[in-house]
Amino acid sequence: MYTFSNRLKITSYILMAVGAICLITGFLSAPSTVEEAKAIVASHDDGHGGGHGAEVGHGDSHTGDDTHGDEAVGHSASHDEHVLHQLQNRPWSALYVAAFFFFMISLGVLAFYAIQRAAQAGWSPLLFRVMEGITSYIVPGGIIVFVILVLSVLHMNHMFTWMDAEVVAHDELLQGKQGYLNPTFFLIRAAIFLGGWIAYRQYSRKLSLEQDKADDNSKFKLNFRISAAFLVFYLISESMMSWDWIMSLDPHWFSTLFGWYVFASMFVSGITVIALVTIYLKSKGLLPEVNNSHIHDLAKFMFGISIFWTYLWFSQFMLIWYANIPEEVTYFVTRIEDYKIPFFGMLVLNFIFPLLVLMNSDFKRVNWFVVMAGIIILFGHYMDVFNMVMPATVGDQWYLGVPEIGGILFFAGLFIFWVFNALTKEDLTPKRNPFIEESKHFHY
Amino acid sequence: MASHYEAPIRKPLVLGDKGYHDVSVDIARPVEGKANKQWWIVFSIALVAFLWGLGCIIYTVSTGIGVWGLNKTVNWAWDITNFVWWVGIGHAGTLISAVLLLFRQKWRMAINRSAEAMTIFSVIQAGLFPIIHMGRPWLAYWVLPIPNQFGSLWVNFNSPLLWDVFAISTYLSVSLVFWWTGLLPDFAMIRDRAVKPFQKKIYSLLSFGWTGRAKDWQRFEEVSLVLAGLATPLVLSVHTIVSFDFATSVIPGWHTTIFPPYFVAGAIFSGFAMVNTLLIIMRKVCSLEDYITVQHIELMNIVIMITGSIVGCAYITELFVAWYSGVEYEQYAFLNRATGPYWWAYWAMMTCNVFSPQFMWFKKLRTSIMFSFFISIVVNIGMWFERFVIIVTSLHRDYLPSSWTMFSPTFVDIGIFIGTIGFFFVLFLLYSRTFPVIAQAEVKSILKSSGERYKKLRDAGKPLYQMPSRGNEVIGETITDDVLMGEVVPTVGDKVGVNELLGSIGTFDPTKETADDLKKIKGVGPEMERVLNEIGIYTFAQVGRMTSREYDLLDSITGKFPGRAQRDDWAGQAKLLNDKKQ
Repeated sequence: MYTFSNRLKITSYILMAVGAICLITGFLSAPSTVEEAKAIVASHDDGHGGGHGAEVGHGDSHTGDDTHGDEAVGHSASHDEHVLHQLQNRPWSALYVAAFFFFMISLGVLAFYAIQRAAQAGWSPLLFRVMEGITSYIVPGGIIVFVILVLSVLHMNHMFTWMDAEVVAHDELLQGKQGYLNPTFFLIRAAIFLGGWIAYRQYSRKLSLEQDKADDNSKFKLNFRISAAFLVFYLISESMMSWDWIMSLDPHWFSTLFGWYVFASMFVSGITVIALVTIYLKSKGLLPEVNNSHIHDLAKFMFGISIFWTYLWFSQFMLIWYANIPEEVTYFVTRIEDYKIPFFGMLVLNFIFPLLVLMNSDFKRVNWFVVMAGIIILFGHYMDVFNMVMPATVGDQWYLGVPEIGGILFFAGLFIFWVFNALTKEDLTPKRNPFIEESKHFHY
Repeated sequence: MASHYEAPIRKPLVLGDKGYHDVSVDIARPVEGKANKQWWIVFSIALVAFLWGLGCIIYTVSTGIGVWGLNKTVNWAWDITNFVWWVGIGHAGTLISAVLLLFRQKWRMAINRSAEAMTIFSVIQAGLFPIIHMGRPWLAYWVLPIPNQFGSLWVNFNSPLLWDVFAISTYLSVSLVFWWTGLLPDFAMIRDRAVKPFQKKIYSLLSFGWTGRAKDWQRFEEVSLVLAGLATPLVLSVHTIVSFDFATSVIPGWHTTIFPPYFVAGAIFSGFAMVNTLLIIMRKVCSLEDYITVQHIELMNIVIMITGSIVGCAYITELFVAWYSGVEYEQYAFLNRATGPYWWAYWAMMTCNVFSPQFMWFKKLRTSIMFSFFISIVVNIGMWFERFVIIVTSLHRDYLPSSWTMFSPTFVDIGIFIGTIGFFFVLFLLYSRTFPVIAQAEVKSILKSSGERYKKLRDAGKPLYQMPSRGNEVIGETITDDVLMGEVVPTVGDKVGVNELLGSIGTFDPTKETADDLKKIKGVGPEMERVLNEIGIYTFAQVGRMTSREYDLLDSITGKFPGRAQRDDWAGQAKLLNDKKQ
């Protein structure tokens, strides 16, 4: 049995407290009037390489601008108001990116776990309790994301411009999408997705624990079946979730690949966290039967899925860049003009770094190497989510400042607290999984 | 290699009472024996189709591409459809050999050889189409970036069609090397069995002087792993680049970003369908049912079901995003697919590719040989229509309504397509008579863990291999090593060990107690009961007191089935049985 060490617990409290303070500071320092916004932009201009210079990108990221653009007089005022909205969005976006990122980790682990069960993998059952611990975060994480979405629908922020009836009234494209992009249906869908994922997680966990006490394999078989069924649900719901929660932040833009691209990001982040938690628990003398072959396999997945992520990133980028169709290419134009460093930096972190570090098979068995690579990968994928969300919500007014760091710290603290608390609940080694012996003998 | 232990609930991958020699004999049989009548009949049909196709190709080259049914609107039709169809089929081979190797799927070993052969033969068919489409195939080398002095213009590196040249030729060469590497020990096996000098000569040439030394095997495994690592990105790259051919053409219905992964999934889908088609026939004709079992077919059906669902998800994503985008051209392209003049092609594709694989959710259907064969054909047809829909349906309604038209193939189009099918089967049938169609060396490596014979022996608690008996077996007290020979090693039946074991679980007193039937405990057979009785364990109560310490002790004394008692939780079972008794 694992006991949640006081040190880790206090660390998680501190992370949450500091994070919460930073987030609150972010909300309090957001401007409430156009004048305040102007002052903030002016004070930031020196350090930001001319934040005003990149005004071209604005029309693309904010839907209202297309229709206002012609009125030369109104433009300056509407621009100022636009900047105000962006700055008001900033703490919300920081909160949303971090909330989604940590939620996405647990959802990625859930998919990995379901695949292991449906594929009847022999190497991984020793890690099932670890994975179940991480997926426990899907409940609070999912609820927090849902609450943020509800608050968006209630116009507490301007992240999703299509929720603004005023914007839709001036925008024919958005009117065409109203059948799908309307607040009620949006929330119903979110509830269905979250309900399905949480239901599977809880039921599968229950069956997994019952299998340890059972005297036959019926629970195990049932778990296999529901995992296969879940994967079908996941295949559909994950894509739709990514359209709803992320792609619709840029409501004019569309890409058929987007859902799978987000999937690759969450999958690799999830696997990385499995490896990190496993290595931590092993360092505490737990999971005695998990050997370096298991770590090697997890690291192989980190390596492989990082490349797979890059493949999807490239496919999406290359096709849109090559076709150069205005309504599609605007997405990357905004990112390359205003987000050059995070956009290409993320590619280095998520592709070149794992490729070089995890290429060698011996390094994949060295714990500190895997941990180091894992932290980089996680940060890289946080930046990936950042790049997906921020250009749409705050435009060129982005910083990695107090609210962003606060968001990461708060949700990291909550994630650690929740996951390690869940890990204390049960024995870390499943006893009666029919493949447990294979997993114990696993050597490669 | 992974450990030889395998969970008891895994089904055997080699059926029947097969030892190592039986595997060699079974797999060498089609090569060493004579072809039967069916083989000759099928071969003749395939040869006729091939020759017919060859005639059509010669006609095309000598007359010009005008003999095809192309027109100025649909200027790309069957040729590119067939090309993509064949390339797609070629995907399963490398997926089975490389990706499943990396995922340590043992079931791949029965099917990888034929799947790889299929890959190579179908990539050859695919390669024919671009070459004959050039009109002057003798100038085919112009697609290579060679200096201008040779008469060509420097190639256009901006075009995905050029990337295709590189991708497919790389794929073909790596697949060929991978295939041949795996074949070396198997060719050597046939060489060593050959009796006639000619055959011996040929197979020793083909096996590159394989000797079977440990060094050979070590290099073999190393190179297999490296090639698998190289081939895996290739699997993705080939069809990705094929999809770029279409996706970079900025025409509605042609440029969606999901194309790369969805083409790859579709290619694996069609490739597995073709493997199923071929192997269901081959296992029967070559009587290899013990190696290519129903379980193998079931697993392939599951892959077909998964990739079919992914493809279906992509179709629906495209439809949805066409609507969501609000771009009317895009919306029209998809509306036209479903309801335009080519609606039948679209719905044939949908039915065959999305709907039909869903039957595989039912265990009864996916383990039925006839049904699997039927679905594999349906999928092959569906995937041909998928390419037809993407190409012809998108092209036939362009931006200028006055040029809207339909496409109808001429007999030359049809003849060349049928000719490639004939050519493919000619190659495959020749292969099945001259090559070891199953990777016997690899199958042997999993025989102990996954062969039915060895599984049965293990379950019965018998040793997996017995030395032939020599003289009388010595029964009686174990004699420990002589002191003079060195340290004393406790061996099987060591008294100290027995006393230690009985000390913690209690002794059996025959005057007060009666012995229980220990066979009631799951995992204890008659043999094990005898051993336990020998040690002095007769009752459930005694077994019930056992902990992991006693289990280890028991293992070290008996030396049999280590870990078994723990796995089956004998103590727990015995406690229940003991409670029931009272």
